[in-house]
Amino acid sequence: MNETKSVIADDARPRLPRGVRLMRNEAQGGWVVLAPERVFKADAIAAEIIKRCTGETTFAAIVDDLAGAFSAPRDRIVADATALLRGLADKRLLEL
Amino acid sequence: MAGNGAVAHSPLGLLAELTHRCPLGCPYCSNPLALDARESELDTQTWARVFAEAAALGVLHVHLSGGEPGARRDLVAITQAAHAAGLYTNLITSAVGVTARRMQLLAEAGLDHVQISIQDSDAASADHIAGYDGAFLRKRTLAAAVVSLKIPLTVNAVVHRANIDRIADMVALALNLGASRIEIAHAQYYGWALKNRTALMPSAGQVRRAAAAVEELRRRHRGEIVIDAVVPDYYARLPKPCVGGWGRRSLNVTPAGKVLPCHAAESIPGLEFWSVRERALADIWANSPAFNAFRGTAWMQEPCRSCARREIDFGGCRCQAFAITGDARATDPVCHLAPRHDAVAALAAAQNDTPYAYRGIKAG
Repeated sequence: MNETKSVIADDARPRLPRGVRLMRNEAQGGWVVLAPERVFKADAIAAEIIKRCTGETTFAAIVDDLAGAFSAPRDRIVADATALLRGLADKRLLEL
Repeated sequence: MAGNGAVAHSPLGLLAELTHRCPLGCPYCSNPLALDARESELDTQTWARVFAEAAALGVLHVHLSGGEPGARRDLVAITQAAHAAGLYTNLITSAVGVTARRMQLLAEAGLDHVQISIQDSDAASADHIAGYDGAFLRKRTLAAAVVSLKIPLTVNAVVHRANIDRIADMVALALNLGASRIEIAHAQYYGWALKNRTALMPSAGQVRRAAAAVEELRRRHRGEIVIDAVVPDYYARLPKPCVGGWGRRSLNVTPAGKVLPCHAAESIPGLEFWSVRERALADIWANSPAFNAFRGTAWMQEPCRSCARREIDFGGCRCQAFAITGDARATDPVCHLAPRHDAVAALAAAQNDTPYAYRGIKAG
């Protein structure tokens, strides 16, 4: 469990565990991820990625969806989403 | 712009001290020496109003704390009200006074996160520090209930000279309990901890070994458990940005309803605190004299006033500046640039193993 993987499997179904929430908060100026003793501001792209982490959609499908929605190259989306989700998983804020 | 020329940001966190009653007697308790009595505690409805006002003000997290919040019979209703207000709810408990059954009701009420304190990895030592036989075992039982409900668990370990050499064991215990996070929190010398300072003060060698142990444990358990730890004040070169800056990120409501910029603020004489019994939280946040006393940078003296870090650490901790120098506007003496920095080294050198003065009023 403690080795660091740099890739996320296509069939992984990322989800926010109980105790981690993405929400909009106008007073704080946009999207925030709420977690134990932590608040992270999420920019628009990060919010779009995290919103799709429902535990039902596979990582590959999330990437396809984002690539379509933002007309962006797939490998770029894979790189951005991997960095974001791996970072969250390392902090125990995402289950892969 | 608030009264003193400083901008009032939106607060992020509310520390709700539901009661000062607690079955434990930890000698480093952050509660004030003069504890609020049960008769003076805010009722359920008032807390519900405070949570709604806090959410409207921009608060995201509410920390349900004490004392031992489990001493409140209406803890489930209070949690439900905080959840209904849209707040992220964090229960900070000693585990004594919260049964597995009540934890299930709290989970159903929308509780997001639980923090359980441990006093040591060794049961006998832990119960000695808590001043309560059998406390250690209760923690294990409640932690299991939290984990089985799939609520994320943080273990909070306050470290000091009696237990700081067992950080690795405490991390192992936290992993064993199923925690996803552990806070290694050095005793902070306010309230009861100030009274017990010499008996709690670790040696320089202990602090050095602890820092190395934390680094190693973080490497070993990356992705498994998050280890939060900071250098203890009296051995630091730079002061902590206390509460993220006075009146900037967080507020604290006492059991009786006084609103404080930090939990120790009442130790500074002359500050005027307003109460949620008489005023709305937004009014208190923006206009209370206590919140505006040290908001921003205009109140600072040198070397803070012209320091490049003045908006990074905000001059450090006001309560600590007062406790050590007698002047709440002074630079926190923890800072190596502070005129009274020498006083900190002298206080850190005062260590002994005298018996603890356990904190007062027990739960009833």
